[in-house]
Amino acid sequence: MSNHAPAPYPGTGTPEGKARREWPLWEVFIRGQHGMSHRHVGSLHAPDAELAMRNARDVYTRRHEGVSIWVVPSAQITASAPSEKGPMFDPADSKTYRHPTFFDIPDDVGAM
Amino acid sequence: MYAQMIKSEATQDDPEKLAAFQARIDRGEKIEPKDWMPEGYRKTLIRQIGQHAHSEIVGQLPEGNWVTRAPTLERKAILLAKVQDEAGHGLYLYCAAETLGVSRDEMTEMLLDGRMKYSSIFNYPTLTWADMGAVGWLVDGAAIMNQVPLQRTSYGPYARAMVRICKEESFHQRQGFDVMMKMCRGTDAQKRMAQDALNRFWFPSLMMFGPSDKDSKHSAQSMAWKIKMNTNDELRQKFVDQTVPQAEYLGLTVPDPDLRWNEETGHYDFTEPDWSEFMDVLQGNGPCNRDRLEARNKAWDDGAWVREGLMAHAEKRRAARVAAE
Repeated sequence: MSNHAPAPYPGTGTPEGKARREWPLWEVFIRGQHGMSHRHVGSLHAPDAELAMRNARDVYTRRHEGVSIWVVPSAQITASAPSEKGPMFDPADSKTYRHPTFFDIPDDVGAM
Repeated sequence: MYAQMIKSEATQDDPEKLAAFQARIDRGEKIEPKDWMPEGYRKTLIRQIGQHAHSEIVGQLPEGNWVTRAPTLERKAILLAKVQDEAGHGLYLYCAAETLGVSRDEMTEMLLDGRMKYSSIFNYPTLTWADMGAVGWLVDGAAIMNQVPLQRTSYGPYARAMVRICKEESFHQRQGFDVMMKMCRGTDAQKRMAQDALNRFWFPSLMMFGPSDKDSKHSAQSMAWKIKMNTNDELRQKFVDQTVPQAEYLGLTVPDPDLRWNEETGHYDFTEPDWSEFMDVLQGNGPCNRDRLEARNKAWDDGAWVREGLMAHAEKRRAARVAAE
């Protein structure tokens, strides 16, 4: 597991002689319609959660794209690493019996 | 096209890794932020997406110029919405670039001190209300030509930003054409104004696609990486073919005496823009280069106390919350 935090990216950090105090990064999730899950739509910078919410409204819902917004500090998200893709997801490949189509049910049985 | 003359970076990586990377791109897979990527791919994308983002932000200035002078309240509201969209587009793109390991403030500083560029088109002035029509119709029209194929670009965050942007960009072009239609159906003075706007924005719009293919040194690598989807000349031709009939519909004359339909090729023949003017504008000598950078620098400097104050406030409140727990 590795952290999805945006900083420190290689090449970022403080340039010579200039202390940079950037607003932290937030990930924005929006529920598009009632009954749907929240979905990641992008990120933005804001000093705190309240302003992250306001900015998310202005940046990501100018055309009624949502009925609910979540903002999460990017640094708080833990993401799976691409290098672990194999061990993480390959085991499912051999378990085709987890899908209903694995089982042949005769047509005579009717809907199932 | 908001990114012009993007120099692609040479890559010195393990040939085996490079081949595997290229194979992923050739299969149409998206490259995501944490995936391995060649240094050259990463740096070229930062430059391209950054330049694109800066163009959206600087692009607010020529139109912002007319917000207080829009002819009706409705036009003013529309123009405000468009300018706000441009800010949003800039933000989507900065976020995409940030996933490559550069911060937004870092990119802003590179714009402000001239290390990064923005599109040449925004160094031309907007002199009359008809220019708001011409900018929406031609400039946003040219941008769409470039951005629609970029929705399929290989870098996931860039492609996703493009999808959002393209949805909104269509409103921009249509509102511009709507302004032009109104002017062209108006008084003689209004028609002259519309023609004058077309005269001034035609060639600068053609320049947006970047230099002619024969002078475009950086295309091959970027096209292999699918961060450039069409050549400059392909897109320029497509733009001319689409725009000329629209100008005819408006009853306007494209300011190119050599423009004519070519039966054989099925395309319009047209005069290339003056590339020495293009290079000159890129060098910083366009009519508005200095104004644009001054305005951006002023906004950044004047806003410093707000950025710092909000950060201090957030930290104080966080400390108070921690103390209360």
